[in-house]
Amino acid sequence: MKTEKEPIIHIENVHKHFKEGQVRALNGVSLDVYPGEVVLIIGPSGSGKSTLLRCINRLEDINSGHIEVDGIPLTTAENINAVRAETGMVFQQFNLFPHLTVLENICLAQQVVRKRSHQEAESIAMELLAKVGIPEKAHAYPGQLSGGQQQRVAIARALAMNPKIMLFDEPTSALDPEMIQEVLDVMIQLAKEGMTMVVVSHEMGFARAAADRAILMDDGVIVEEATPDELFEHPKEERTKLFLSKVLK
Amino acid sequence: MSESKDTSQKMFQILGNETAPQKLDPWWWLVGVVVAIVAVLVVAFPDPYRSMLVFFLDGMGISIYVTMLSFILVLFVGLLGGLGRVSKNPLVHGITTLYVEVVRGIPLLVQLLFWYFAFPSVIQSIGLTLNIVAFQKYLADPIGMAVMGLVFCYAAYMSEIYRAGIQSIAKGQMEAARSLGMTKFQAMRYVIMPQAFRVILPPVGNEFIALLKDSSLVSVVAVADLTRRGREYMAAHFNPIQTWLLIGLLYLVMTLIASRIVTWVEKKSKME
Ligand SMILES: Nc1ncnc2c1ncn2[C@@H]1O[C@H](COP(=O)(O)OP(=O)(O)OP(=O)(O)O)[C@@H](O)[C@H]1O
Ligand SMILES: [Mg+2]
Repeated sequence: MKTEKEPIIHIENVHKHFKEGQVRALNGVSLDVYPGEVVLIIGPSGSGKSTLLRCINRLEDINSGHIEVDGIPLTTAENINAVRAETGMVFQQFNLFPHLTVLENICLAQQVVRKRSHQEAESIAMELLAKVGIPEKAHAYPGQLSGGQQQRVAIARALAMNPKIMLFDEPTSALDPEMIQEVLDVMIQLAKEGMTMVVVSHEMGFARAAADRAILMDDGVIVEEATPDELFEHPKEERTKLFLSKVLK
Repeated sequence: MSESKDTSQKMFQILGNETAPQKLDPWWWLVGVVVAIVAVLVVAFPDPYRSMLVFFLDGMGISIYVTMLSFILVLFVGLLGGLGRVSKNPLVHGITTLYVEVVRGIPLLVQLLFWYFAFPSVIQSIGLTLNIVAFQKYLADPIGMAVMGLVFCYAAYMSEIYRAGIQSIAKGQMEAARSLGMTKFQAMRYVIMPQAFRVILPPVGNEFIALLKDSSLVSVVAVADLTRRGREYMAAHFNPIQTWLLIGLLYLVMTLIASRIVTWVEKKSKME
């Protein structure tokens, strides 16, 4: 994967504390993600996976270190908005806007951020709804959809902004088991199309099918990184072995 | 931004959704009963009720006018206050919190007396000290000062309603909006506030009714509202029982109608 290309996400020695230093969520994380790469992040609860993801589009401020996305350093408010518009994020709890229909959910940011016309936004939204397999739900409200359908709408909503990067924070862990695959299928499809993705997930199916690289985090640091097969089959670090033995049963 | 207008128009369409014909709110009968009592009194005992009603009508108009005008301003000022209360800027947050705490700790009647009697004197003495003629000649306009007093007080309560409404919207909504590249303002405008408005509708309706009743306090600062008309009539005709019975019934008609309207608006906004 690592070609001579420039990384699209460059994270350098990032520290992030909460509660005035009492909680150390990230303790010097460095990571480069290259265009088209799919990076999987795993690790125990509280290890800083979500925090790392949220630092990439600055939903969290960092205490020290340096982050650049697509060559844009996350410094000024202007830069941060530019990065956010290029970085789609999918949340564990979907976070659809409940007062808007599916179609309006997907159109809103296109219109107010990308300044697209109503028609243009709607036709893009309908294309994406077809892509995630629920065009018939365009006029439903989020509350009328199953969890799996809501998460697919959330993915479509993020894709409508034409992001260069997609961040997924445990996108299937709030779903009933029978709905997990429909969301993973959309993600695998996206990976095949060459989207750069950073995914926090413990779904082995997705890891094997789509991930180029797997990273194990613990206590706010990256403990080990390797290809998914290597990491899962031949982990080197004790902490990785311990974690995998718990997760893989 | 014609596109964004589209979206907001859509939102109103959602609010005005016509699913299933609405049943008439059964509590309208109570409004009917009270109106009927007033009508019976006026027809059966034209002296004094008919002449009283004629004498009170303009006062009722003033009460409604003062309430409506104040309420519209309260909605705006309260919104600013509410946004200030959820602001992360310590100065803005501090000032609005101070305002809310101080205003809520002083009786409305005292505030109205201050605005009508004390405030103009303050302006005049500032005029004298700084030699500004316009300030020296400043005279309080009763209705203007009454509205000022009501708005100043009620906006503080309304700020807290807005704050609670905004904070009731899950944090993930703001994050989702921001992650899509929306500015804080856009996220507030299109995502947080439309949801918050639905949450706060019932308490806002209650505030409107409370304001309608509290508007009777402006009668002490020279506004010829319904209550003041009652006092004038009683002073001239010495019939306290009939006067305050009719005044009470007229307030009741107004508040009952208002609360039916509030219920109706709430129902409409819940449908979807
Ligand atoms: N807003 C916050 N305020 C205080 N502490 C926080 C906050 N967000 C995260 N933390 C703490 O930072 C640490 C890392 O949290 P994070 O959510 O990144 O972990 P995670 O790896 O995503 O865990 P999980 O698998 O449970 O989602 C935890 O100790 C957590 O309690
Ligand atoms: Mg997490």
